[in-house]
Amino acid sequence: MSVLVYTEVSKGRVKKSSLECINYAANIAKQIGGSVTAIINNADASHCEEMGKAGATKILSVKNDSIKNDSMLITAMVEQAAKAEGSKVILFAFDVTGKAAAPRLSAKLNAGLVAGAIDFPVVNGSSFEVKKNVFSGKANATYVIHSDIKIISLLPNSFPVQLNGSAVAASDFNVDLSSVQSKIVVKEVKSNSGGGSIPLPEAELVVSAGRGLKGPENWKIVEDLATSLGATTACSRPVADMHWRPHHEHVGQTGVAIRPNLYIAIGISGAIQHLAGVNGSKTIVVINNDKEAPFFKSADYGIIGDAFTVLPKLTEAIKKFKSSQN
Amino acid sequence: MKILVAISNVPDTTTKIQFTDGDTKFNGQGVTYVINPYDEWYALVRALELKEANLAEKVTLIHVGLADSEATIRKGLSLGADDAVRINTDGPDAFFVAEQIANYAKANSYELVLVGKETINYNGSSVGAIIAGLLDQPFVSLATKLEVAGNKITAEHEIDGGAQVVECDLPLVISCAKGMAEQRIPNMRGIMAARTKPLQVVEASNNNSLTTIKSYALNPGRTTCKMISEDNVDELVSLLHTEAKVI
Ligand SMILES: Cc1cc2nc3c(=O)[nH]c(=O)nc-3n(C[C@H](O)[C@H](O)[C@H](O)COP(=O)(O)OP(=O)(O)OC[C@H]3O[C@@H](n4cnc5c(N)ncnc54)[C@H](O)[C@@H]3O)c2cc1C
Ligand SMILES: Nc1ncnc2c1ncn2[C@@H]1O[C@H](COP(=O)(O)O)[C@@H](O)[C@H]1O
Repeated sequence: MSVLVYTEVSKGRVKKSSLECINYAANIAKQIGGSVTAIINNADASHCEEMGKAGATKILSVKNDSIKNDSMLITAMVEQAAKAEGSKVILFAFDVTGKAAAPRLSAKLNAGLVAGAIDFPVVNGSSFEVKKNVFSGKANATYVIHSDIKIISLLPNSFPVQLNGSAVAASDFNVDLSSVQSKIVVKEVKSNSGGGSIPLPEAELVVSAGRGLKGPENWKIVEDLATSLGATTACSRPVADMHWRPHHEHVGQTGVAIRPNLYIAIGISGAIQHLAGVNGSKTIVVINNDKEAPFFKSADYGIIGDAFTVLPKLTEAIKKFKSSQN
Repeated sequence: MKILVAISNVPDTTTKIQFTDGDTKFNGQGVTYVINPYDEWYALVRALELKEANLAEKVTLIHVGLADSEATIRKGLSLGADDAVRINTDGPDAFFVAEQIANYAKANSYELVLVGKETINYNGSSVGAIIAGLLDQPFVSLATKLEVAGNKITAEHEIDGGAQVVECDLPLVISCAKGMAEQRIPNMRGIMAARTKPLQVVEASNNNSLTTIKSYALNPGRTTCKMISEDNVDELVSLLHTEAKVI
């Protein structure tokens, strides 16, 4: 029995969250005595090699330009692969695609779904116990999936990717989409101008700033720090609401939820709704000129000081550190 | 065109989370419940705007839950929804909730179902796509803009690394995120009117559950914050490298 993993190529590479899912599937396969099949659209040999290293033992390679971001078509593709492989466990990343396709597949297959798993499942006879965050990261819940077919979507950045498997050759997989009429017509595609930086949900290092920065004209010092680290920039909600920064940078309860290795929060007070989107970060650094700022209570390291003097110093210190590493 | 808006009843964002019964249940005692922010600010307000612009005939609220959520439903009515239906059951998971909503939407020919991006208590982001799957309808996820012209919608929504503008014929299901509309405050007239608007209670259509929650645990908070002098940023860099091991 194979564990099926939906994987994606983005910006020329297999998405990190996809590799995490393959690792996760390998853990399940080991527990239940099965293999790992990954399905991917429009991949090349180097992608397949990386997927093999992450633990895929079989790769179904689809070549279909019409599928793109359409969750109806993605669901149909994975459904057909699951039938062909006899898969009873199906994995997605809990990202934009996974949030649309995994639940739809759950409806199609009458399969129990845990959306946003944070840990490997505990296999208990025919049921799985899977942990996920609830109450916006303040707590976690252990779900039991009772159904015969089980779908899990994995929260990105839940653990580091291991690449110790070996390459496998891909086999072509033909998807028949004649019975699925997608009624969605794409009129325009806009890409986030992230200057080539890693998208927020996948970023391991994030530098984020709030209203304490006073105005959009002051973001250069934030960007300089981010560049020195190779980090992605983020912001608090009022900053996005006032159009100081683009909306896709807004993190928190109503924005993007992230869990990078390092989150540096500058001039952000640490409101509970902000914390809800970032408290899964491994290490949090807070820079604030008010020693009473609530964020210090949720931080690992803190600097009490004016962002306008601390940031340039920190950027220099990071640069010095980076050059000493080379 | 009739719009069905799915609203969930959730603890206010500032609630201190606690569990009871050997950590198997959320402790709702003394907790203030509100309409899930995404459902209220984005899905419901946009539906009301479409109705005000004569692009929809009717806006109905649907909630799957027990009688204690009626105050939350009345709040939705006071914002301007025409009527509401409550499916009287304490649904065990997203699939169950979605099935109830899908059945109601189908039986009553709603052409547009709007849900929020996610609930702030279970954070599943699942109910909308399951409804669409069960109804075999298209699903637009994480929409930030929505326009309606006759039988067609145009929506902008988030995709991996950006956004796209799509067109689709009705019927369909859309999940709503920030950008869709702005929060509204109910006025006195709305609050008075809400008291007499129809709130129908319907029994659940079945009771199968594919998943259940076995237990809860609080995520450990951070214990101590190491303070570093602003004149010693090198120490922070060194701690991030040697202690936290993140750079
Ligand atoms: C339902 C709901 C959902 C919400 N969702 C979100 C969300 O998703 N994300 C989010 O961020 N917010 C969200 N909010 C808003 C949240 O409650 C806060 O209002 C918001 O996070 C505050 O943003 P801020 O920290 O940038 O600004 P402020 O609270 O104004 O804090 C600014 C901070 O900067 C510090 N500061 C000022 N000058 C300097 C300086 N020179 N150097 C260093 N520090 C300085 C100040 O001491 C202060 O701590 C939500 C609110 C509600 C009600
Ligand atoms: N019990 C419920 N009753 C009605 N609608 C709900 C319920 N639970 C969730 N929803 C809707 O489904 C959306 C997504 O919920 P979730 O999948 O739990 O994140 C919410 O924003 C609501 O619009």
